[in-house]
Amino acid sequence: MAEVKKNEEPRIGVFVCHCGTNIAGSIDVKAVMEYAQTLPNVAIADDYQYMCSTPGQNKIAEAIAEHNLTGVVVAACSPRLHEPTFRNATAEGGLNPFRFEMANIREQNSWVHMHQPEEATSKAKDAVRIAVAKASLLEDLIPKSVPVEKAAMVVGGGVGGMQAALDLANAGIKTYLVEKNPTIGGRMSQLDKTFPTLDCSQCILTPKMVDVYRHEGIELLTYTEVEAVEGYIGNFDVTLRKKARGVLTPAEAEARGIVGGGCTGCGDCEAVCPVIKPNPFELGMAPRKAVYIYHPQVSPLIYTVDFDACVKCGLCVEACGEKKAIDLDAEDELITVKVGTAILATGYDIFPIEKKFEWGYKNYDNVITSLEFERLICASGPTGGHLVRPSDGETPKKVAFVLCAGSRDNTGVGKPYCSRFCCMYSLKHAHQIIEKIPGAVPYIFYMDIRSFGKMYEEFYYRIQDEGAKFIRGRVANITEDPVTKNLHVNAEDTLLGRPLDMEVDMVVLAAAVEPSAETEKTRRLFGLSCSQDGWLLEAHPKLNPCGTTTAGVYLAGVCQGPKDIPDTVAQAEGAASAASIPIHKGEVELEPYFAQCIEEKCAGCGLCVNLCPYGALALVEKDGRKVMQVTEAKCKGCGTCGGFCPGGAIWMQHFATPQIVAQIDAFLLGGEQ
Amino acid sequence: MADENWKPKIIAIICNWCSYAGADLAGGARIQYPPDIRAIRVMCTGRVDPLFILKAFQDGADGVLVSGCHFGDCHYLEGNYKAAKRMFLLKSVLKNIGLDDKRLRMTFVSASEGAKWGTVMEDVVKTVTELGPSPLKEFAR
Repeated sequence: MAEVKKNEEPRIGVFVCHCGTNIAGSIDVKAVMEYAQTLPNVAIADDYQYMCSTPGQNKIAEAIAEHNLTGVVVAACSPRLHEPTFRNATAEGGLNPFRFEMANIREQNSWVHMHQPEEATSKAKDAVRIAVAKASLLEDLIPKSVPVEKAAMVVGGGVGGMQAALDLANAGIKTYLVEKNPTIGGRMSQLDKTFPTLDCSQCILTPKMVDVYRHEGIELLTYTEVEAVEGYIGNFDVTLRKKARGVLTPAEAEARGIVGGGCTGCGDCEAVCPVIKPNPFELGMAPRKAVYIYHPQVSPLIYTVDFDACVKCGLCVEACGEKKAIDLDAEDELITVKVGTAILATGYDIFPIEKKFEWGYKNYDNVITSLEFERLICASGPTGGHLVRPSDGETPKKVAFVLCAGSRDNTGVGKPYCSRFCCMYSLKHAHQIIEKIPGAVPYIFYMDIRSFGKMYEEFYYRIQDEGAKFIRGRVANITEDPVTKNLHVNAEDTLLGRPLDMEVDMVVLAAAVEPSAETEKTRRLFGLSCSQDGWLLEAHPKLNPCGTTTAGVYLAGVCQGPKDIPDTVAQAEGAASAASIPIHKGEVELEPYFAQCIEEKCAGCGLCVNLCPYGALALVEKDGRKVMQVTEAKCKGCGTCGGFCPGGAIWMQHFATPQIVAQIDAFLLGGEQ
Repeated sequence: MADENWKPKIIAIICNWCSYAGADLAGGARIQYPPDIRAIRVMCTGRVDPLFILKAFQDGADGVLVSGCHFGDCHYLEGNYKAAKRMFLLKSVLKNIGLDDKRLRMTFVSASEGAKWGTVMEDVVKTVTELGPSPLKEFAR
């Protein structure tokens, strides 16, 4: 049982950082340092330009030796940034690293009180006093090492998720790839060509899909969703819902004793199915049956029964014959897998652009979204690659592209952010129109063209040379000619400084993107934070863009924020590398913020047992009475038990009641009154 | 109020994952707010024993802020729900012992809400300043 060593006289070293002028610009660092010297228990106080630099860290180690310190306080930036750095420095000086406390005088002081140097300095003195009070009561703690399960999970089977899964599996890690749809491929499989190289999206994607499907190290779980997540880094127990597919794979058929059976993807069932409904892969522009595949290149090539549409007539079962692949009584199945780390790659959806009613999407036949354009221009799409007007099937000659449709929109209807890839794909669309339709002219209405990537600006020039017309101005509204179904685009040409009413055959809205519908649910299951727009929050925007605040969970692709295919793949490779590190290391250290029972105070009431969200606490018999016992591997250190124990019998390591009360007292009773 | 230059003493107990991160973000964005609040970091607002708050008032605090994650966002699943329930109860206790319950405030600020943190700071300082010094101050020595 950990207890404060009462007989140990605390000797604290205080180090105040200037952080260049970040702190010293508004706080009198010398005054804070001199004030620290006057505080009880402080053996030495010093200041330095950059405490996180090597000389700064050396100061800590040297002072520990020279002054026989029992604790260290650094007043600098946020502990969320440099606590690990200074813990290491403390350990190098020979002290237990948990005898370190940080006073945040930058993020929560100098940066937010830039024009109040006196108040900021006084607040910094208080912060140092509070930190010294806590440091005086800190104790040695030993992190707990736990083994890491040699398996990983990737949620989302788009190009990012597939790349992450391939990298992990190629590194020798058993990887579960979970995809909610019946096939992997994600949004990229809906695209026709990719900018700026103009290579066909499916041509570069399908080999990867086949690699994933065939890889021995990847267990592909399509038509499956994450149901529950328990555990912590190294030991996540993930419950998955395998949705009723109604069709057996050859392996599943064999497991049921059907020799040589299972789905071969022949399509005989689809041919006889009498139910027709819109195909979501074609965005409703083509029909599909109740037993279906999304497109010919799906992976795995296994049919799926849509039980919401199926009338259970049994024609498909007959058509399937001896293969006996169809099971119309199939039910959802729950399975649990254990993984050490997980990568989320849950992607994006298209913002419902009909909310911007002034552009008439869903009211006017010939106003379509860019994703619909992709399907219409794609050779495997519903029109065989012939771009036609939905109203009359005619080929459009004059097409307007509306950029920033719902992006960079501060009206409250759309999204405030830039969706990042719309400029580039709209340039590509313009190229495709010029290439495929003789005499056709694309008109691009833009705010700014953001061609930020490698060879992107060059692509922009090329499209200009090819004859696309660029009009800088936001489209105010679009109206329809009720007879011809042509559209009138009303905008201001801001370069010419005059309003414009242009009649066109078709309008393509480059609609904003938003986090996919499943992102929020998945985020909560894994305990992640999100930014204000719902994108999953990275651990640090610059220095840890793949990590999250949940140790062992990483991000890949658009779920973290809009990005194009190269950036998505790059982040996926980064996430895979990060997710493989704990697995290859074999064990991880858990921060030892565990609860401990002070048995002589424990009345055995058991209140804490029910409060613990992780089932880490239990009542056990000891010396003829009941006392609480902690399973450290399950305890995550939230301290809820400690906050509620009526007898004060729970010692929360590093956040113990005397330590917190000392901080409160130090602030309110200890200062210059 | 007797002293126009009087500044309140306010303590904030805030969770590591959401509100502390939100406060850091406010710093990164250089959002300026009044410097009257001192923050203590805990891992979760579930850790906040009501006795900490009573101790702070007994020590002479003019106001106490407890700030955690939004409901459903708690890093430890439900610590913030439990904290919120207790703060609600504690407010009625404060009222009954003659302390204005506006001196205790619980807020929910996420790791991405730097601007909201600034607003909360403004608001808490304004509320407590209007209430004036805590009547419990006499007990503080």
